[in-house]
Amino acid sequence: MQKTIALVNGAPHSVNVCDYAAWAAQRLNAPLELLHVLDRHPERAPVTDYSGSIGLGAQETLLDELTDLDEKRSTLAQHYGRELLGSLVQRAKETGLERVESRLRHGSLLEAVVDLEPESRLFVVGQTPAQAGAKAHLDPHIEQVIRALHRAVLVASTTYREPRSFALAIDGSATSRKMVETVAQSPLLSGLAGHLVMAGDASEASRKEFDWAQEHLRSAEFEISSSMEPGHPESVLPTYLKTHNVDLLAMGAYGHSRIRQLIVGSTTTTLLRTSPVPVLVLR
Amino acid sequence: MQLKQSLHHDWLSNVRGDLLAGLVVALALIPEAIAFSIIAGVDPKVGLYASFCIAVVISIAGGRPGMISAATGAMALVMVLLVKEHGLQYLLATTLLTGALQICAGLLRLGALMRFVSRSVVTGFVNALAILIFMAQLPEVIGATWVVYVMVAGGLGIIYLFPLLTKAVPSPLVCIVSLTALAIGLGLDIRNVGDMGQLPDSLPIFLLPDVPLTLQTLEIIFPFAITLAVVGLLESMMTASIIDELTDTTSDKNRECVGQGVANIAAGMMGGMAGCAMIGQSVINVKSGGRGRLSAMAAGTFLLIMVVFLGDWVKQIPMAALVSVMVMVSIGTFSWDSLKNLRKHPPSSSIVMVTTVVVVVATHDLAKGVFVGVLLSGLFFANRVARVLWVDSKSEEEGARRYEVIGQVFFASAGTFTEYFDFKEVLERVQIDVSRAHFWDITAVNALDKVVMRFRREGTTVEVIGMNEASATLVDRFGVHDKPDAIERMMDH
Repeated sequence: MQKTIALVNGAPHSVNVCDYAAWAAQRLNAPLELLHVLDRHPERAPVTDYSGSIGLGAQETLLDELTDLDEKRSTLAQHYGRELLGSLVQRAKETGLERVESRLRHGSLLEAVVDLEPESRLFVVGQTPAQAGAKAHLDPHIEQVIRALHRAVLVASTTYREPRSFALAIDGSATSRKMVETVAQSPLLSGLAGHLVMAGDASEASRKEFDWAQEHLRSAEFEISSSMEPGHPESVLPTYLKTHNVDLLAMGAYGHSRIRQLIVGSTTTTLLRTSPVPVLVLR
Repeated sequence: MQLKQSLHHDWLSNVRGDLLAGLVVALALIPEAIAFSIIAGVDPKVGLYASFCIAVVISIAGGRPGMISAATGAMALVMVLLVKEHGLQYLLATTLLTGALQICAGLLRLGALMRFVSRSVVTGFVNALAILIFMAQLPEVIGATWVVYVMVAGGLGIIYLFPLLTKAVPSPLVCIVSLTALAIGLGLDIRNVGDMGQLPDSLPIFLLPDVPLTLQTLEIIFPFAITLAVVGLLESMMTASIIDELTDTTSDKNRECVGQGVANIAAGMMGGMAGCAMIGQSVINVKSGGRGRLSAMAAGTFLLIMVVFLGDWVKQIPMAALVSVMVMVSIGTFSWDSLKNLRKHPPSSSIVMVTTVVVVVATHDLAKGVFVGVLLSGLFFANRVARVLWVDSKSEEEGARRYEVIGQVFFASAGTFTEYFDFKEVLERVQIDVSRAHFWDITAVNALDKVVMRFRREGTTVEVIGMNEASATLVDRFGVHDKPDAIERMMDH
């Protein structure tokens, strides 16, 4: 059974991740799995002893000390992880979902998601809320997870609002055709009020793609209002989402080369950072 | 992304800890570099430049983040004769060759050979190293005035008691600073670093060793280079596994071999002597919170800054202060548990440990000690496995006997194997069932042949059963790991 996997880490936004994951699991009719990863960081030192002196049995004592410290921290992290998962499982079940599991794993987040990919259908991750005044930036883990996976990833927003409408952003490329097909087939967004948005230049070719997408979605019984929005997606889309009161943005990810991203930045990363609503990243 | 991530992981995930630990470690590097330059018979600047180059280069090229490499005692002791007979330029050439040999070892993946070095040999190596470091300090105090003894004792007192007061300041620093202040303040007439030879007065400069490029040169330097390469790699590999254990992380041993080679070549070109990883200083690094590559780089850089820019002050440091620090390093390197375990562990492993120590201390060559230790542990192991052999015999009818061989037959047990057969008994027919035995080498097969031959000479017909199963182990690349049921079949037959 393909699961919806929610990555929770105990930050305040984990609650939203859990809520969005529960919503998605319900719509997909898939079991929900809450995943918490205990990542130990042996590359960071826990000690503050700068005495620089080593005495009798220095190695043995140091090994004992470091092992004790790790043991204490790991036990604590395990307790915390279990408690966190327990309370979130409870929360998810209260929404009426029956099949809710939880999983606690050691290692890095990236390893865990790659290992679980084969049994997954959708991953849900959370955006850490930007601190007031600080420049909003994308949690690097989110980008890593999206890049590593070949599954759809739902990036939860900082507040939960049950999605009643969605916007599908396309750019007229080959991948956007695939995206339209994925959305049309999936039960995740069916029945929701849809907006088809094409951001970018209105060339003849993209116009054709746009018409095709509209046609395809309508034939899959989606109610679609569509719009061509000239301009850069990074600036056009957030405005569109706000003015039309859209609840969810679906889009592709990381279409351009690494080199281009290094110079001009990635549209995906910018949108994930600035979108006021959750973003469903389709691969 | 992968590269960027691992760069970030290795260099920047523990910046504060690495920088502070690097500073603490630099204080323990300086005494070792100075003390062992003197023992090797060269100016302290040779050791100090080497320590800087090796620490910085290994931080980039090495395979074990958080490990400290620099000019070491173990290496210096090997060079003594070379420097005495041929001088500094030959030492620099040897350093380059050592580096080249270590790179070859890394590329040939010889790091894997470390699995033949047993725990007892490692412990013996570590203890021998501690003893060598301690012994190297003796010339400074033997025959010295009582003032020196008082200062060394005072220095050790500061090193071990000061941390009870605060752990925020490195106690070796307090020891060095206060003993220097005392020596200057009282105008004590004792030996200080300035008396021992030239200190670095500038940043190191690139230069090639001034030796004739002839076969004769190679003849001189090659034996030293090969010993240095082996000693350096041994200590580096052992230190790496100690750091692996302490930090619960893994290291790339072959990359470390290559890294040591690159670092030594760099040292040789900058006028430094060969070096390797250091157990004591690496433990200090981990204890002080050093984990990443930045710690080794910081240690090397701080060392150079201190020595070059505070050179006039460094000259004033009394040797007694450095002796105290080195005695601390030697005490911290020694495996104290190994003494307690001497009687607890099986005698054979204790003998291996003690022999390793004795050979090293006697020859001042860690490579010889490890060689003897590995050989001895191999012999002990062969001897033990040789006892896993049993030959049962039954006589079912008059004039016939059936021998059943169970266990391991190889060079060490072939003699015992032959002794199990009774050739005096007059028999017509003999069956030797070897299907539950393993013949590991040609000696074993040969022993069986001899047994068969002797029976035949007595007029007995011999039938050997199950030879195919028994000799499956004969091939050199014998392995059971690729077939899941192979190990069970092997144990069964």
